[in-house]
Amino acid sequence: VRRRELLLGAAGGWFAGRALGALAAAGEGQDVLGTLAGKRPLIQRALRPPNFETPLRDLAAAFTANEVFFVRYHLAVIPRIDPASWRLTVGGSSVGAALTLSLRELQHDFERVELAAVNQCSGNRRGLFTPRVPGVQWGNGAMGNALWSGVRLRDVLRRARIAPDALEVVFNGADTPVLPGTPDFVKSLPAERALDENTLIALAMNGRPLPHWNGAPARLVVPGWTGTYWVKHLTDIRVEPQAFEGFWMKAAYRLPTGAFPGYRFASQETKETTPITEILVNSLITSHVSGERLRRGAAAALAGKAWDNGAGIEGVEVSTDGRVSWRDAALGKDLGRYAWREFRMPLDTSSVGAVNVAVRARSRNGTRQPDTLTVNPAGYHDNIVQTVMLEVV
Amino acid sequence: VKGALITAALLVGLSAAAAPRIAAAAEEPLVLADGPGRDLTIGRCIICHSVEYIPGNAPAMNRSGWQKSIQKMKERFGAPITDEESKQILDYLDAHYSGKS
Repeated sequence: VRRRELLLGAAGGWFAGRALGALAAAGEGQDVLGTLAGKRPLIQRALRPPNFETPLRDLAAAFTANEVFFVRYHLAVIPRIDPASWRLTVGGSSVGAALTLSLRELQHDFERVELAAVNQCSGNRRGLFTPRVPGVQWGNGAMGNALWSGVRLRDVLRRARIAPDALEVVFNGADTPVLPGTPDFVKSLPAERALDENTLIALAMNGRPLPHWNGAPARLVVPGWTGTYWVKHLTDIRVEPQAFEGFWMKAAYRLPTGAFPGYRFASQETKETTPITEILVNSLITSHVSGERLRRGAAAALAGKAWDNGAGIEGVEVSTDGRVSWRDAALGKDLGRYAWREFRMPLDTSSVGAVNVAVRARSRNGTRQPDTLTVNPAGYHDNIVQTVMLEVV
Repeated sequence: VKGALITAALLVGLSAAAAPRIAAAAEEPLVLADGPGRDLTIGRCIICHSVEYIPGNAPAMNRSGWQKSIQKMKERFGAPITDEESKQILDYLDAHYSGKS
């Protein structure tokens, strides 16, 4: 009975009006737009479980609006949660005092903090991979930047008297699978990352309560790490002295060991594979797309965003001659080291002809965007330098 | 398609009245290519996800890819698909949605 109510609840609240009535040509290749309840039209990669991507034009703002922020789910049973009856439990073998917290207690008993951070899906740009790999065929928009506010996970774990033997902290949300044989979406973090002062239990996004599709009433925010760890509709936290064995850690979201830079999640690593963790340095041109024409002599400026694992963007270089020479772009306001950084560069339109524009960001962590893709089976970590072909006419 | 929906509803313990409501609200307009195995494919796949995952993944798929995918759905995600059904579904998907060159 319970499952049926949840499923009906999800269906009833799922779509604004007639679901596919909102389908329209997206103006971005063959992309199809769809509208989830409470959202503006997004690029529809899949309906159930819902996977919707933010259109490029909506990534130009400093903060990505809640109504256009991307949506990614693995499991199709997604209950609408009543904030008044929602509870967060904190337990496991490595806590001294298990807790059950209401939203009100979370809001009032802990210091309120806020932080700007990019949330990027591990598989962002998978659809741009060559050769193609299976999975949701995301373009550039399975990401966004938001101001997250809530409480520090660390403060909650300390209230529960986290023990020195804690190895991993395990997170579950209210979304569940349709079939009993499908693994529930449960993720773990190394204890040291869970205790990082920047890891939050967020209750609000861009100054408003979290949208349903982005994890209401509470979600994890793990700035600098990919979105898979940012568990939505958070209901259960367990602190354990051993590695968590679930499917979504042991079998999914993994990379070939040693293939990429970034934090090593030692308790989950094997000789062959290791969990994806930190976001790689990356950038996106938001002002122009390939095929655009610029009028000769008219003022034009290239603009976009650059981001990394939280080390902070050191610089963004732009080439307009097919990657032969590079010049530093001007950087916009620093919104915080986990946020993206805007870049801007005037474009020379004095003579007609093709303009081959490329952008590469470099991080204070010592890395720079590469020219070639490191192919991996699940299609993660596409941070290669992108090219936009323009023409002055 | 209607028969498949009822199959899905029974498998997940819903009343037959509940599932078509979901489909009517959401997934009805997308139709997969006609051919042998289509209804079986739709019937099994939509238990857990909308059918657009199929054309959505087609550019990244070939026969071997679909075989791995069906195997994953059965073994990792507990999809109720028999060996004989797997073969029919594989033949259907490979015939219409293998887009990887």
